[in-house]
Amino acid sequence: MSRPISTIRRRTILKAAAAAGVAQVAAPFVWSARAADTVKIGLDNPLTGTYAALGKNELIGAQLALDQINAKGGILDRKVELLVEDSTSADTATAVQKANKLIERDQVNFLIGNINSGLAQAIANVAFEKGVFHIVPGGHTDTVTGSQCHWNVFRVCNTTRMETNSVSKLLLDKYGKKWYFITTDYAFGHSLQEGFEASLKVAGGTEVGADAVPLQSTDFSAYLIKAQSTNPDAIILLLAGDDMINCLKQAVQFGLDKKFHIAGAQQELEVNLGLPPEALFGDWVFEWYWKQPGVPHVEEFVAEIRKRSGGHVPTARTWFGFASIWTCKLAADKAKSLEAVKLAKAMQGLVLPPEVALMPNNPFYREGDNQLMPTLFVGHSQPAPKGGDPEDLFAVTQEVKGVDAALSVGDTGCKMVWPS
Amino acid sequence: MEPKDAAPCCVPFALRVCSMSTLLLFNVFNGLIIGAFYAMMALGLSLILNLSGVINFAHGGFLAIGGYLAYTLVPFLGFWGALIVAPFLTAIVGVAIERVLIRPLYGRDPLYSLLLTFGLAFLIEDGTRFIWGAQSLPYRIPEALNSPLSTEFFFLTGYRVFMVALVALVVLGLFLILTRTRLGLRIRAGTLDLETVSVLGVNVRVLRNLNFGLGIYLAGLAGVLAVGMLGLTPTIGDSLIMPSFITIIVGGLGSLPGTLLGGLLIGVASGLTSVFYPSASEAVIYVIMAAVLIVRPRGLLGEEGRF
Amino acid sequence: MPRLDKRAANALVWLLLLAAPYWLPMIGGYVELGSRIVIMALAAMALNFLLGFTGVLSFGHAAYFGLAAYGTAATMKYLYPSTPLAMLIGIVIATAAAALVGPLIVRLRGVYFAMCTIAFGQVFYFIAFRWRTFTGGDDGLTAWHRTPIDLGFVNLDILTSNKAFYYWVLIIFAVATGVMAFLLHSPFGRTLLAIRENERRARFLGIPVDRHIWVSWVISCFFVSVAGSLYALLNDFVDPRAVRWDMSGTFVIMAVLGGMRSFWGPLIGAAIFLVLEDYVSSRTENWESFIGLFFVLIVLFFPRGVLGILRRRSAT
Repeated sequence: MSRPISTIRRRTILKAAAAAGVAQVAAPFVWSARAADTVKIGLDNPLTGTYAALGKNELIGAQLALDQINAKGGILDRKVELLVEDSTSADTATAVQKANKLIERDQVNFLIGNINSGLAQAIANVAFEKGVFHIVPGGHTDTVTGSQCHWNVFRVCNTTRMETNSVSKLLLDKYGKKWYFITTDYAFGHSLQEGFEASLKVAGGTEVGADAVPLQSTDFSAYLIKAQSTNPDAIILLLAGDDMINCLKQAVQFGLDKKFHIAGAQQELEVNLGLPPEALFGDWVFEWYWKQPGVPHVEEFVAEIRKRSGGHVPTARTWFGFASIWTCKLAADKAKSLEAVKLAKAMQGLVLPPEVALMPNNPFYREGDNQLMPTLFVGHSQPAPKGGDPEDLFAVTQEVKGVDAALSVGDTGCKMVWPS
Repeated sequence: MEPKDAAPCCVPFALRVCSMSTLLLFNVFNGLIIGAFYAMMALGLSLILNLSGVINFAHGGFLAIGGYLAYTLVPFLGFWGALIVAPFLTAIVGVAIERVLIRPLYGRDPLYSLLLTFGLAFLIEDGTRFIWGAQSLPYRIPEALNSPLSTEFFFLTGYRVFMVALVALVVLGLFLILTRTRLGLRIRAGTLDLETVSVLGVNVRVLRNLNFGLGIYLAGLAGVLAVGMLGLTPTIGDSLIMPSFITIIVGGLGSLPGTLLGGLLIGVASGLTSVFYPSASEAVIYVIMAAVLIVRPRGLLGEEGRF
Repeated sequence: MPRLDKRAANALVWLLLLAAPYWLPMIGGYVELGSRIVIMALAAMALNFLLGFTGVLSFGHAAYFGLAAYGTAATMKYLYPSTPLAMLIGIVIATAAAALVGPLIVRLRGVYFAMCTIAFGQVFYFIAFRWRTFTGGDDGLTAWHRTPIDLGFVNLDILTSNKAFYYWVLIIFAVATGVMAFLLHSPFGRTLLAIRENERRARFLGIPVDRHIWVSWVISCFFVSVAGSLYALLNDFVDPRAVRWDMSGTFVIMAVLGGMRSFWGPLIGAAIFLVLEDYVSSRTENWESFIGLFFVLIVLFFPRGVLGILRRRSAT
């Protein structure tokens, strides 16, 4: 009564909001009607939070694959639709909720996700309960194709054990056998550390110390100071994303890169792109790299992704998304069906053709644990070479076949039970 | 890369004692430095809280804005130019936001400013991601700061020493502003009794606005300093906001020297803990907070009956 | 006239809730979303007991919500897989914790009380995060699931049937809200309202304000722990996210959005918020901006919440 103008304005806003709300609610009617006869792939991956950049790249790769597949007539002569949901970077509740939504409401034929190892396993368990075909593009914890494997869950990226095994020989030979671990405190970090500990044991090396670092730590000084006090042959950083960036930047400021060897297992181009040149060092393994001279189709892929990402090169994540979507098509073509069991059976031993593999040595999905056996790229980080591409931040020195670095199916602890 | 020239007291065994006390020294120093950083963040929060009664949940977001603005300015102004200009720009953003979004909430339940700044934090995180992208951005600091002061005292990195010197300078400047200028006088008076200050003819709206800007300046500066040590991403402010809250609780509400003391205290405590149990070094600040709340709820230097 | 309105409103609410598994999928929802809404609504209503009816703001309720969730999950995983037992243990542990924390902060008020509840919440978060061997740390407590409930005359298969689980949640919700309503209409509840309206006057009337606030705090945390226990069963896992301050913030926004001064307000708030979040996050990766903007708009223009607006409309 005392301020009529603001009340009127408020009512207008309320009406507008109500209208918008109704439009939102009504939209599914329209949307679900149109989507009746397409093949649906559900992507439950982070688009916000710490892994937003990685998720974005996986999405770009997935969208390229989708467009290529639809240009060739789709899957089993039906158009393919990609339903994208944000799982958030660390909230398992949301990831599971979205997975349930994609399965229950949207009736997806294929489910793809997640970058976060913990979320990937949780989603895999849901997919298993509901009997839906599921591919994990970029979650590395061993249990997904190990102790908690399922007949309907497949994985594109390497297990942490494959990563550690591929690079451990290099590190042991080059630097020595006394290692200090700085490990991120969740499934991914723990798996990596276990992998390296196994390598050390075989080689007769020692673990001079280890620290578990909470996710999203900002100050690594305590860990770095402690690490150097034990005088290790190598400081092994088992971190991911922002934590890796923070640790490397601070290691440089402590001058540790000049006094100790710093290395680790998994490293990503997204991390290297966030580091200043002086922090680009160390021996790591990449799961895919954009500079592969002589390997067919890679250059076209790089060029195509540059167009779609504003000039940036594809990363391993881009390839994960790309390969995951293509795998759906390949499996369906081989099974001539969209039934989960038939798809899963068709996946056993499925080999990726060169235009999808984009790497040497014919990657294939291993029977018995559903794990893809790709090639791993061992090398060291480097500042962009003069006159070269500003995103050429890794020098590949060795290619290791995934199947050589992986544990045997029996050792992974995977006991697959097929539905009768 | 030769791993020789190892730091002192790393000779095994016989010098274990030396090793422990040196480790202690290292970590206490680092604790002081990080504590100074927390204190500066918390001072900004405290200024805003004391005068306006607003819990600024978006403080971490403003830190991120400071970092991103600095990144954008570096190609034009260089590291030092960006360091000077970016916090001011962040403060201007803060002043604008205060005028539009926060001013309507004065006099209302503090719940509303809490919720608003909570929503604002979401907006800022998404906004920075939208403008600058999700990919972490590389930020370079001058070569001079990018190494330890000496091999002997390798734990004193040039950057951290620079950081603590800058924070000391800024805190000194803040205290000078608060004690020597008219604005500062009005802010201090307003913290005690805003109504009377208003009655005395001071434009309280402008005062709150400028005070908010001052607090955000500190957040922006914290952001520019943070990107030297941390990766520049939209979520950079997330893990830094809780220690700021704890600092204020521990130091005492309503007291700026208390906030300063609180920051240093939790920094040092964190540093000491990391000698024995590094993974608990963040948890210990919560233990301190709980202890302070039980033993002396108003905080170390807080005023009785403040809230 | 007002009484008829209230009964009609109650009837409408219960009708919608009972029929939810049937009309939800028709508008693009899914039954699990319905269960989630009811559980979060219970948590928000529990918070509102303290916030809207006693006038005390807590921003740390997620601590007890999450603690109950962990208690339930841990019982299922380590002790004995029985849904009722797990719920009981989870609720008891969380309420006990709240009863212990209460006296420490009950002397504080306003912003300071809120900050301290946040800080205490963070203590629990850290314990959940660090005590990896027991809580699973950041990976959470997994590899367990809710068990069907055997009541002798009927076996509720809440494990595989989403509908059955929804109705189980709804039964608990009904009992909890019934008790809450009873308490609010009792002399004790009236006293709380008096404290909310004018604490000083209440004190002058001889009311032991601090003790009442403590009791209200414990009751509020009791109901939020019931919600937390159900939350663990909904997801078949728990992780430290359930304990964080952003979960607490979500409860508060739901209460404010729906209308703090009314009983059903938080339910409406929870429904609107969760449905909005679910839709918006499917449509755009900038959903955080929308949610943030939403918070801002509610606070600036609709502080009385949805029911507050409707009430004013009917009053004028």
